[in-house]
Amino acid sequence: MIEVRNLHKAFGTVKAVDGVSFTARDGEITGLLGPNGAGKTTTLRMLYTLMTPDRGQVLVDGIDAAVDPLGVRRQLGVLPDARGLYKRLTARENIDYFARLHGLPEDLLKSRRDALIEALEMGDIADRRTEGFSQGQRVKTAIARALVHDPRNVILDEPTNGLDVMATRALRQFMARLKGEGRCVLFSSHIMQEVAALCDRIVVIAHGRVVADESPDALRAQTGENNLEDAFVKIIGSDEGLAA
Amino acid sequence: MNTVSTKLQRSRAFLTVFLKEVKENLRDRRTLISAFLTGPLLGPVIFVMLINVTLNRELDKADKPLPVPVIGAEYAPNLLDALRAGGVVPGAAVADPAQAVRKQDADVVLRIASNYGKAWRKGEPVQVELFYDSSQRDANTSVERVTQLVEGYARQQGALRLVARGLSPSTAWPLQVARRDQATPQSRAVLMFAMLPYFFVITIFMGGMYLAIDLTAGERERQSLEPLFANPVPRWKILCGKLAAISVFSTTSLLISLLAFAVVGQFIPAEKIGMELDLGVHFAAYVLLLMLPLVLLLSALQSMVAAFAKSYREAQTYLSLLMLVPLIPSALLSFMPIKAQAWMYAIPLLGQNLGIMQLLRGDGVSAEQIGLCLAGSLAAALIAVLMTIQLYRSERLAISA
Repeated sequence: MIEVRNLHKAFGTVKAVDGVSFTARDGEITGLLGPNGAGKTTTLRMLYTLMTPDRGQVLVDGIDAAVDPLGVRRQLGVLPDARGLYKRLTARENIDYFARLHGLPEDLLKSRRDALIEALEMGDIADRRTEGFSQGQRVKTAIARALVHDPRNVILDEPTNGLDVMATRALRQFMARLKGEGRCVLFSSHIMQEVAALCDRIVVIAHGRVVADESPDALRAQTGENNLEDAFVKIIGSDEGLAA
Repeated sequence: MNTVSTKLQRSRAFLTVFLKEVKENLRDRRTLISAFLTGPLLGPVIFVMLINVTLNRELDKADKPLPVPVIGAEYAPNLLDALRAGGVVPGAAVADPAQAVRKQDADVVLRIASNYGKAWRKGEPVQVELFYDSSQRDANTSVERVTQLVEGYARQQGALRLVARGLSPSTAWPLQVARRDQATPQSRAVLMFAMLPYFFVITIFMGGMYLAIDLTAGERERQSLEPLFANPVPRWKILCGKLAAISVFSTTSLLISLLAFAVVGQFIPAEKIGMELDLGVHFAAYVLLLMLPLVLLLSALQSMVAAFAKSYREAQTYLSLLMLVPLIPSALLSFMPIKAQAWMYAIPLLGQNLGIMQLLRGDGVSAEQIGLCLAGSLAAALIAVLMTIQLYRSERLAISA
């Protein structure tokens, strides 16, 4: 479970995140929706302790990120906005590297890695160097790398960015599977269709603030709009930066 | 789900990063060529070529017939015979001796006054003029040769005149200077090899350069730093693993270079001009010892500088500027010979420079000097590492683009 309480972060005079609070529960998919530049990535970066909040608290499975950042990172599987792979290593070696950094024993590492390679259907690329991988192959490798230590909480920053239809479908199924395994899945997106189709809970962020935190149905009811897209536009106040 | 013990990973994180960096960089052709081929071998090759050209020129000048334009040769046939006996080939007169020397048409021009014969017969002093340009270092050996021949002839003739008047030649020279040159064959070599320490520093530099760039600027450019930092490993441990990988590459470079110098040392005809050069195992072992703290210092400095760069290319530019810094002590020592004080050994780069020069002179380095050199450089290296760790903790470092 991920709890975020009143997070603030400013870069110079720009308030990127200005009082964000929400909770992402186990066995649910929580979507962080907002236009480009709303503060989604900055919020997530504070969750996986890459950045320190100016104010506010992050709790992951009850561990305070300010007190024990390593403990928090141990509970998280993260697919950051930056997907960089080591291009001179094979997909398998990329996964192994992160597994070892998590301190996985070799036998467990092997079984976890092979299970992920199968689940993500990347057996044909596992032993190729990642240089020249397609966007989809890269995301698969990055996800396997992020989940190899079997984390209870999964954070995905715009996971379907740049993927084609087939790859997007496969990824959505995979996220549903993670939820089925009882994990807490938190992902950000600016694509409403995706959020509507997947999420148990939607947190809408605009201008660094949470403007709505509801289930998709409640959101529709709250705004009085049948169409989710219209509901979002109404909440955010403009349709800038949103994509259907 | 996540039940892995934390104790295990503490011991492994450093090693994991180190092994991954080594494996990854062994697969990069550019890194390999720079670290194991051009870096360590360029120095020795350039060195041998340079030394051979210099030595051969010196040797040539000493033995070869030396053409010297002579103005007024007809007034002093005996002097010319003496010059010819010394290997000088008198040439045709030139119109403007000053011009000829300045334009490097001749190394030296001899002018004999037209009243030479008359004055000589009367026993009066006569003048011969030597035109040369002392800023033409190349010509100095020729000038020296002609001067000695002329002076030798003068002394000989003077002695003959004294004898003819019934005096002992020693009356005219109450004082005799006996030169006792204390230069050893090794110490003579030192002047030529003043740049050797710089070659070693450059080798270390080139060996680790691409890894250092990869460490921050490279990771950032390919956007892998952020996912890396999302792992439950403190950043300083990641950095230490990377510094270790850089150090191993640059040490390997240095070893290859030392080996190459030991081999090419055999082909330098140093003994022909009375020099002695020992670049063997003994020399290599001491250089390695003196250089080890520099390896760490340079790897930290390179990483630090590269961390400021936004891209791979930018980092390359910064690092090539940084490469000029170690040139300073080498250049200083070769242009202004200073007497080494004990404290100088404690200064990184300068200490290594002095130590290596002393090894070349054949004097050996004392335990105290080695101690100072290692302590000083190691302290500097630790400071650099701590500063790099501090820099590595910065929030902005991890954010790509």
